[in-house]
Amino acid sequence: MVKELLKGNIAIAEAAVRAGLQAYFGYPITPQTELLEYLSKRMPELGRTFVQAESELGAINMVYGAACTGVRVMSSSSSPGISLMMEGLSYIAGTELPVVLIDVMRGGPGLGNIAPSQQDYNQIVHGGGHGDYYPIVLAPANIQEAIDLTVLAFDLAEKYRSIVIVLLDGSLGQMMEPAELPPMQPLRESYPEWATRGAIGRERRIHTSIYLNPVEQEKTNLRILQRWQEVKKNEVRYKSYFLEDAEYVVIGFGTAGRVALSAVRAARAEGNKVGLLRPVTLAPFPAQQIEALAGSSKGILVVEMNSGQMLDDVMACVKGRTPVHFYGRPGGIVPLPDEVLVEIHRMTEKSGRLNGHPRDQWLERMVQHI
Amino acid sequence: MVTDTEITVYHRPATLTDLGTHYCPGCTHGIAHRLVAEVIDEMGLRETTIGVASVGCSVFAYNYFDFDFVQAPHGRAPAMATGIKRVLSDRIVFTYQGDGDLASIGMGEIVAAAGRGENITVIFINNANYGMTGGQMAPTTLPGMKTTSSPNGRDVESQGYPIRTAELLATQEGAGYIVRRSLHDPKNIRLAKKAIRLAFETQVRGLGFSLVELLSSCPTNWGMDPVDALRWIEQNMIPYFPINDFKVHPVIASLRI
Amino acid sequence: MQTEIIISGFGGQGVLFAGQLLAYAAMEQSLQVTWIPSYGPEMRGGTANCTVIISDEEIGSPVVGSPKVVLALNLPSLDKYEPLVKAGGLLIVNASMVDRAPQRTDIQTVMIPASEIAESLGDKRMANMVMLGALLGNLPILPEEAIAKVLREHTTERMQKLLSANLEALKRGMNYLVEKVK
Ligand SMILES: Cc1ncc(C[n+]2csc(CCOP(=O)(O)OP(=O)(O)O)c2C)c(N)n1
Ligand code: SF4
Repeated sequence: MVKELLKGNIAIAEAAVRAGLQAYFGYPITPQTELLEYLSKRMPELGRTFVQAESELGAINMVYGAACTGVRVMSSSSSPGISLMMEGLSYIAGTELPVVLIDVMRGGPGLGNIAPSQQDYNQIVHGGGHGDYYPIVLAPANIQEAIDLTVLAFDLAEKYRSIVIVLLDGSLGQMMEPAELPPMQPLRESYPEWATRGAIGRERRIHTSIYLNPVEQEKTNLRILQRWQEVKKNEVRYKSYFLEDAEYVVIGFGTAGRVALSAVRAARAEGNKVGLLRPVTLAPFPAQQIEALAGSSKGILVVEMNSGQMLDDVMACVKGRTPVHFYGRPGGIVPLPDEVLVEIHRMTEKSGRLNGHPRDQWLERMVQHI
Repeated sequence: MVTDTEITVYHRPATLTDLGTHYCPGCTHGIAHRLVAEVIDEMGLRETTIGVASVGCSVFAYNYFDFDFVQAPHGRAPAMATGIKRVLSDRIVFTYQGDGDLASIGMGEIVAAAGRGENITVIFINNANYGMTGGQMAPTTLPGMKTTSSPNGRDVESQGYPIRTAELLATQEGAGYIVRRSLHDPKNIRLAKKAIRLAFETQVRGLGFSLVELLSSCPTNWGMDPVDALRWIEQNMIPYFPINDFKVHPVIASLRI
Repeated sequence: MQTEIIISGFGGQGVLFAGQLLAYAAMEQSLQVTWIPSYGPEMRGGTANCTVIISDEEIGSPVVGSPKVVLALNLPSLDKYEPLVKAGGLLIVNASMVDRAPQRTDIQTVMIPASEIAESLGDKRMANMVMLGALLGNLPILPEEAIAKVLREHTTERMQKLLSANLEALKRGMNYLVEKVK
């Protein structure tokens, strides 16, 4: 296969098609709309299902219905639209169905703007919908990863009967990079043993998320949790840069992780022993790796395009064993490498204990922007 | 030179701010804004009106009107308007919504508001597509019409038929005034203004839900120059979306203004 | 080695396209490359810009504060980006569309009447090609042939018709050489 110059939104759409996407339901919202527009042409061309729903609420419940039939199904949206999907996601999780969702995040809260942001971390990684459920969350940082993780999303969704969300910011949706698309997979011909496709010559099957008897509901929740334990054991993915001899560690995902990489390289060029951990799976979170780094490093800097959402997860792994620092640009701003370098300097220059929560400390430094 | 025989026949309505709009050249959103402002002026409602902007090209409508305004989530303007109106029942509350906002994602809210006979006014801009997001198919997109999400033309077999919103809402018992007008030429613009006036009169008199659907142009996403776009409304939209009164409360019908 | 290039101008001057040509050409040369546009309300009628980063290793940040190269196709772009060019970097200005010379002395500057040259070749819209040529002439990050190949292979039919004029525009730009700053 040869590399092509591909735009994020289009690359994801085509990767899903090649992974055997049989039905897509979506609703326009910037900066994700090109994905929907591309599939409005591509899916009918292949005789597959494309519906522009009346809303994200409609879209996610169309996905819910299609998922019951055992086909590969997907929706995509951006932050405000994803918020509307939360009820459906909870139902899908409660019904234990495999579904893939793409979230191309923009600035917020509220209507916000269409600039790149990572504001949906908490909503996506820690549920968002009601109840005990655990979506798998994949966070690409470049176009090739966006393609590979989209394909992986379908496999993981089916393997664990789980919701898998590919979480990226708007800049990745608009970005072009050389990347290689996977070969076209044939559409599936046999369906999982739970699919409701008509009880021809077999007992009936039912998909529901209502368990009036709390004992049954509890069983379901525990079963979902058990599956999640498997996911945590098998599916943690991350990328590390210069960690072998790192005294200080930067942690960031997606675009923030890439910006951090430039800053880390600059710090290395100055002779600072700094490394980077870029989580690729946000859920399951690379907790063990971060715990180990907490034990071996003099400080950790978390960089995000929000006000410190993953920060809380990192701090839960670090458990106070090393100082944690934070730098974020919320609201639709991509930090520049130089800004992150300044933060690296701050960390390496006063490596002692921090007084106060890293988010509070950061906010004090951000006052100039208010 | 101004002499005492000269009279001003055309001026900016007092409730329209002195700001250039962000709308594309030739877009009729601006005309609709002006008509609303003229009516608010004429009825002396500046101090008692609260507008509700929706999500679409008119999301920044609040910049252009000189009275209180709020901005609702996509499709939810009638619900927000309800909240305001129920708390401040003596105020005039209106929403300004596009066809994607009102007839797609917000169809639930608008039908429910009409059904409740919610005493609010709705200015409904039907431009047959989603303008702000770059021209995707809307519930009002005509059969065969090409948009960025119906690239081969709207295929009614798989993408359904355009929804005639005014007709649909006129079936609601709670509706007091439901009409469709067009903004494609001066005569129709005058008729549109009168309808907007009557819609607000409906609200002032507490006669229930009022809505004016306005056939509007989107030259940018239709890929036409502004004049062709107006012609396109006349030739293509009106046959499918007839200009008509669909429900007029008897009190309003007998009103002479 | 990493080169960051910002191309900026009015919507309609083909700045996004020029950036994509660079990206394609870099890909053809088996280099790493990232192209990222400004997107959003800015695009409607206003200015447009894109950032292209070309590197021989994995590219970190897709955005840059101080690019090595700026191609400014109009005055607002010159005003906005002149102060940002990295010291020792390269600033190429479409002299046809500005009324002042760049002020910085710690960077290389090229003032090239790109729109006029393009117009003399038949179409003002080829100013972006002239500017690209000036980039390649003054900072040979990619061979001319790589761009020519992309123009031949990755463009629409309309572009194909104008192929030889575009290649000429590229060449004319390449002839605008400036002295290196120490
Ligand atoms: C929940 C949610 N979904 C999607 C969007 C994206 N969006 C913004 S404007 C718009 C369509 C507006 O079209 P319309 O109501 O027809 O108004 P117009 O722009 O044509 O005036 C959409 C889908 C959003 N802001 N929020
Ligand atoms: S995109 Fe269409 S509806 Fe929006 S301002 Fe432009 S012409 Fe008007």
